[in-house]
Amino acid sequence: MIVNLRASVSLWFTHPLLLIGGVIVSSVVLSAVLAPWIAPYDPAMISVHDILLPPSWAHWCGTDTLGRDVLSRMLYGARVSLAVGFVAVGISLLIGVCLGAVAGHYGGRADTLLMRATDMVLCFPTFFLILAVIAFLEPSIWNIMIVIGLTSWMGVTRLVRAEFLSLRKREFIMAAESLGVSSFQLIWRYMLPNAMGPILISAVLGVAGAVLVESGLSFLGLGVQPPDPSWGNMLTEGKDNIQIAWWLSLYPGLAILITVLGYNLLGEGLRDLYDPRSSSR
Amino acid sequence: MTYAIDFLLYGCFILYSWGDMKQYALKRIIGMIPLLIGITIISFGMMHLAPGEPSVIGSEFNPKVSAQDIERLRTHYGLDKPLYEQYWNWMKRLLFLDFGTSFSSDARPVLDKVAERLPVTLWINILAMVLILAIAIPIGVISAVRQNSWFDRGMTVFVFIGFAIPSFWLGLLLMIALGVNMNLLPISGIHDYGWLQMGFWEQQIDLLKHLILPVFVSAIGGLAGMSRFMRSGMLDVIRADYVTTARAMGISEQNIRYRLALKNALLPIITLLGLSIPGLIGGSVIVEQLFSIPGMGLLFYEAVLSRDYPLVMGITVIGAVLTLAGNLLADLSYAWADPRIHHGGE
Repeated sequence: MIVNLRASVSLWFTHPLLLIGGVIVSSVVLSAVLAPWIAPYDPAMISVHDILLPPSWAHWCGTDTLGRDVLSRMLYGARVSLAVGFVAVGISLLIGVCLGAVAGHYGGRADTLLMRATDMVLCFPTFFLILAVIAFLEPSIWNIMIVIGLTSWMGVTRLVRAEFLSLRKREFIMAAESLGVSSFQLIWRYMLPNAMGPILISAVLGVAGAVLVESGLSFLGLGVQPPDPSWGNMLTEGKDNIQIAWWLSLYPGLAILITVLGYNLLGEGLRDLYDPRSSSR
Repeated sequence: MTYAIDFLLYGCFILYSWGDMKQYALKRIIGMIPLLIGITIISFGMMHLAPGEPSVIGSEFNPKVSAQDIERLRTHYGLDKPLYEQYWNWMKRLLFLDFGTSFSSDARPVLDKVAERLPVTLWINILAMVLILAIAIPIGVISAVRQNSWFDRGMTVFVFIGFAIPSFWLGLLLMIALGVNMNLLPISGIHDYGWLQMGFWEQQIDLLKHLILPVFVSAIGGLAGMSRFMRSGMLDVIRADYVTTARAMGISEQNIRYRLALKNALLPIITLLGLSIPGLIGGSVIVEQLFSIPGMGLLFYEAVLSRDYPLVMGITVIGAVLTLAGNLLADLSYAWADPRIHHGGE
């Protein structure tokens, strides 16, 4: 137990990216979960006396056009980006792993067909695809999650397929196959656990991408709808008041930057851990 | 002198391989046809699987519209026919570049609306690409040559931030700093008020001033990715056996780095440029909305807001075709630069 603890502590320090990324991501997750308790004000509380106050000790990040506290709204906004990131990546992983596993395990016709389909979807600029689907739906946080998930599985599919193709040639897989293990068992018990490293890395990096896309959509007014706070739609307000209130633009964007940076660093750190050769670069 | 001979030999080789090249290009173009058909099927499916038919929109809550009227509209738009027949008809019109007419009150053909908005978008994206190449290649090369120096470390930080920064936020900050506080650059549109009264050169300078921020903001993500890619490509090449051989033969470090290694490290950049096209085109929605630039991205955004389905579908298909064309161009340039590709072998 103690040995394990020591090993895990030293692991964090030999992989600084993992450490920084882990600290950032866990503090973002914590502030999202604890938002109701740590937020200094009610994020929806409108106050006519406090309209557009610059940052001060009372309001660390200032107030917006309705006198609401920007810091409190940002803390609640962390919940949105967290939820969107995880659900969207969950959906894209589900689709990507299933399709990639089928393509990589069975090969042949199924592989050609699935990879062709993936190529076709990849031809669309992702943001166009997302917006085109949103044009047909009501903008809401649930639709955003689903749409981002449905338009971001292509990378995972390719990754899982490549992993499975190389795993299939390994001896222990061939041994299991010759022992008559069923295809489903082979994929689920033998191949998937061995491909978990790259999948996890791409999931962490995928959360970063989903957070960025969500903020972009909300900024365009097609994502989370006001008065619900999200970092993206807070920036819309920043743009509308660009001449008079810089703090409305600065802080929510900083939150996005730091969060995405955290997930990216965590992903890179995991990659170093999983494949040390890439870190020698 | 040696450069001249290099160049001459290379020219002869290109002429010699042109026949091969044509064959390769033809093969690639034919290979794209199934992709094109796939693109149209996906677009068509999206249009028809989505809830709400065009004939119902705007009329569902209107008491003056009777069931017969809706039926007549359905027949008029061909929506009463089976799906495969509707797809076939749509495809036939697409072949003649007929994307239908916009639902907006001007009811103009989709193609016309896109055609007048496309040039600005293309210009911004082309300029962004030039900017990316002009900055990212030197950064990548210097980082690789001086690996682990302060420059390399600084650039690594820059790359991580460049990947994580929301482009529209960077745009907002630049607008506040350069546009509002310092009043250096215009923050919206592509023309100043007095555009029509300006002389030719004044107009060009005005346009350029309006494009500086949008181009920079579009380029930031690609800048980070490209410089990272260039760095690792250069590192790979520097460690390759033929470079060690060259060094052993006594070729100067300058020549190794900037002639032998750089040339080979530049090859994969062509592919990456092709791959970055969908991101740039997609990103133009946000950049153009932020800076109020009347391009294809803003048109698309407006079409989404007003649920102008023919326009949305038209731009989606055009965006995908542009991506495909960009990829083809990248493939062909790669084959042109690296003859191993079209001479068979992988």
